[in-house]
Amino acid sequence: MNVAVAYEIEPGTATSATEERPVSKRTVVAYGFWLFLLSDIVMFSAFFASYAVLVHATAGGPTGAQLFNQTTVAIETACLLISSYTCGLMSLAIGSRRRAATYFFAAVTFILGATFLSLEIREFLNMIAQGATPQRSAFLSAFFTVVGCHGVHVTAGLIWLIVMTAQVAFKGFVANVQRRLLCFALFWHALDIIWVALFTVVYLMGVSQ
Amino acid sequence: MTTPHYGRAPGDIATHAEIPAHAPGGLLVYTLGLLLAIILTATSFWVANTSLFWAPGVALGLATLAVAQMGVHLVFFLHITTAPDSTNNVLALAFGVLAVFLVIAGSVWIMANLNANMMPMDMTNLHTQH
Repeated sequence: MNVAVAYEIEPGTATSATEERPVSKRTVVAYGFWLFLLSDIVMFSAFFASYAVLVHATAGGPTGAQLFNQTTVAIETACLLISSYTCGLMSLAIGSRRRAATYFFAAVTFILGATFLSLEIREFLNMIAQGATPQRSAFLSAFFTVVGCHGVHVTAGLIWLIVMTAQVAFKGFVANVQRRLLCFALFWHALDIIWVALFTVVYLMGVSQ
Repeated sequence: MTTPHYGRAPGDIATHAEIPAHAPGGLLVYTLGLLLAIILTATSFWVANTSLFWAPGVALGLATLAVAQMGVHLVFFLHITTAPDSTNNVLALAFGVLAVFLVIAGSVWIMANLNANMMPMDMTNLHTQH
């Protein structure tokens, strides 16, 4: 706590030798969160690597081309992409302290994210109903791990968005709430980047082969 | 020559003195990013479904489109730019990309090599593995 407060009381402690201006706490916090996001992406890269290695290990079970529905994937992609856009518009509303616009774009972002998640859960349940469970083959284990891990991240993001909306309602646009909102926006945009890799590697390459 | 300063948070759009007054506003940046992302996504779905292209080249084309779209997201949504105050963010990103490349390329390379060298003739394909 003392370390965290030090940046506000004594800005000089956060400067490096090569610069003159002190670094704001907003920058330090967002940079730390940026490092976390990159490590999260490195973790995802391990799941992608295992998926790439195991994609043909279907053990006589269903393949991706038999299981994936491109229409569902296209709708999921549209939901997540537009929610990333409305999240950006929410950041703009926060920047100019427009409370009603912040709530509106938070609500749109939440609805689109929840739509994405419900489509993904429905897809998983359909696959499991067909016998394509994670236990069926190494390919399906890798598929449920990488796509499910992204889904868990989206779920966490939705809960975080509710919490942040409540904080805006009760605390207003104070500095620490603004920093948390910036971190949330980074998180949400990063999830969309991971989804780009997912729909390309898992769904489109799986269907086109 | 101004001294570089590392003052911008990732996700923050460059403000005040750094950009001229006629530079595009935040709304335009996000909208432009959305339009580019939609074009790239639509192209990806089209490439995956058309029979116009040489089949083995489709995967490479899809990968290129995905990398391009990630770049669009980074620049227009996360505002990671080449501006001097964003240097630290770009360096961290570069290290992340290196780690991702090593993990994915290394795993695929080693496992394909093992697969080719160590399987008996009738099991050269992972299809038969349980």
